[in-house]
Amino acid sequence: MDIRSLVDIANGTASREIFVEDKIYRRELEQIFARSWLFVGHESQVANKDDFYVSRMGEDSVILTRDRQDKIHVLLNSCRHRGMKLCRYDEGNTRLFSCPYHAWGYSTDGNLVETPGELVGVPGYEKYYHSELQKKEWGLIKAAQMVNYKGTIWATWDPNAASFEDYLGGMRLWLDSALDHRDGREGGSTVLVGVQKWRTNCNWKFPATNFIGDAAHAVSHVSVNLAGINPSGGKGRRDQRASGHAAFGWPDLGHGGLGFLPRSEEEFPREPSFQRYPVVSEYLAEMAAKHKERRKGGTHYQGKGTIFPNMSFHEDQPRTIIVHHPNGPTQTEFWRYYLIDSDAPEEVKDKLRHYYMTYSGPAGMTEQDDLENWTSATQASLGGVARNYPYNYQQGLGHSEVCDLLPGAVWCGETVTEQNQLVWLKRWAEFMEGRNWDELMRRVPIRNDVPFPMKAKEIA
Amino acid sequence: MKRENAVALRSEIADFMSLEAELVDTRRFEEWLGLFSEDLHYRMPMARNLAHQGIRAGVEYLSEPLDVSWFDEGKETLKTRVAQIRTGVHWAEEPLSRTAHLVTNIRIVDLDGLPDDPTEIQVNSKFLVYRNRNADEEDTLIGRREDHLRRVGGSWQIFRRTVYICQTVLLARNLSFLV
Repeated sequence: MDIRSLVDIANGTASREIFVEDKIYRRELEQIFARSWLFVGHESQVANKDDFYVSRMGEDSVILTRDRQDKIHVLLNSCRHRGMKLCRYDEGNTRLFSCPYHAWGYSTDGNLVETPGELVGVPGYEKYYHSELQKKEWGLIKAAQMVNYKGTIWATWDPNAASFEDYLGGMRLWLDSALDHRDGREGGSTVLVGVQKWRTNCNWKFPATNFIGDAAHAVSHVSVNLAGINPSGGKGRRDQRASGHAAFGWPDLGHGGLGFLPRSEEEFPREPSFQRYPVVSEYLAEMAAKHKERRKGGTHYQGKGTIFPNMSFHEDQPRTIIVHHPNGPTQTEFWRYYLIDSDAPEEVKDKLRHYYMTYSGPAGMTEQDDLENWTSATQASLGGVARNYPYNYQQGLGHSEVCDLLPGAVWCGETVTEQNQLVWLKRWAEFMEGRNWDELMRRVPIRNDVPFPMKAKEIA
Repeated sequence: MKRENAVALRSEIADFMSLEAELVDTRRFEEWLGLFSEDLHYRMPMARNLAHQGIRAGVEYLSEPLDVSWFDEGKETLKTRVAQIRTGVHWAEEPLSRTAHLVTNIRIVDLDGLPDDPTEIQVNSKFLVYRNRNADEEDTLIGRREDHLRRVGGSWQIFRRTVYICQTVLLARNLSFLV
């Protein structure tokens, strides 16, 4: 498969085939979803020993579980015997996962097994298997690496994958702005109970590249802006943003989004918000004052976007996480989580929850229109003729510059640019070419590398 | 409640439910809003697949006050949804979807125990909401509703509606149509 014929970074185009073609999709499952760091869930979903929560990594079902020694694990939810989906519950509490098909049983109890997910019980082990089955070799497949980052659980199937911190790079500063407490403490957030899951007939790359800024937002969301869900009242869908909001992307890592030009904590404006709800407004003002005090002398980093490949987050208004699970070349299964300060008063949580649900998710007055667009774009790209014509990503092409204030990032001073879509597609191509992790992390020189198109330097 | 009052009330409520479906399906959304009280609580909780004991314990649908739902809102938000459709640039509903609300199994809870002229009643029903939009895009929601109605003058208003759909993963691209 000639990946470079599908994505032309220098000219800012991408073949429609990558949004509809099954062969390319199969390769994505191998080269991207079996290797990248993927968002699995939140530690609060497995708060107690033996709690489990069934999630997804790409198309694969996985079990997130906390063992009796309080360690969290990510296990492939498929029986090693005949592939049966081992656990058909969305969540629960157990330390023995027994297969409904032939009753192979797997345990996470450290007193019984050396490796969580090991095969412990096989009916007829002595009589029919003659005690010859190598049970240790037939345990559940375990994620090769897993991290708990400020409560969010991430995993990869690839033992050679770069560390999560290196994988995130400078984007970590923005993820922190979503996960850190509003008062500036590290962490301190949790997710509300209940994950919205829904299916839409669009390719997963539409949402992955939608949450990173371009001209779509003003056009797609004109109706919600007119109807008005602004939490301070009036038109629009959110409070007025601080100045210096622009698109930033990490061309070596594939992440990107919209954020604020970094400046000192003291200089960053913290205007009143949620003024329709005095309890929320007062809470947020009090937390913002503490944030400023706690972090004085530091730099304010804040932003939202997509962590390559398929996790997007928003740091406030609404403060959420969405995962775009691939479900075939022309279908995506969305899982949306809502973030909140874990110790916020209940009334504050409730008002924020209401705002989140009216903004995001399938009933969200903003997200509804995105879902319509991604579906129609996917479906109208399936035609025998339509497929031949590439998509255009040339807005702002060749106008990106290094941003010294944000490690590893480039920008062009605008929110409206397709720079970040190209950043994401460049990373997509690097994974799809089958580059190894030394190449992906640029620890070794790469032959025929494709540089990100930057603004030409003026000749003095 | 006297037998003839019960028969009359049942017929009145069946008519009310049919009218509600007709108003929303014929896109008389503003009149439809008039069937709901200003203190409305409208919720569509999300279901989870749980082991049998969880189902028995009645926690299959996430119904705690701070749980995330498909919808959990009041009249003002419903009005905003109608206003959004009326902008004519709400792409999820432009062109408008065609919907058909089929409401069946209508049952007034504890009908025999009600006074002859009740001011508040609970009505349970089943629904099938079919939606078609553009050329070939279809969504179907099936489930049950628990409605709480209050007598207002010569008619009724819904002041609490809880909608239980049968899906855990919503098999619809969005919920831009009114359920």
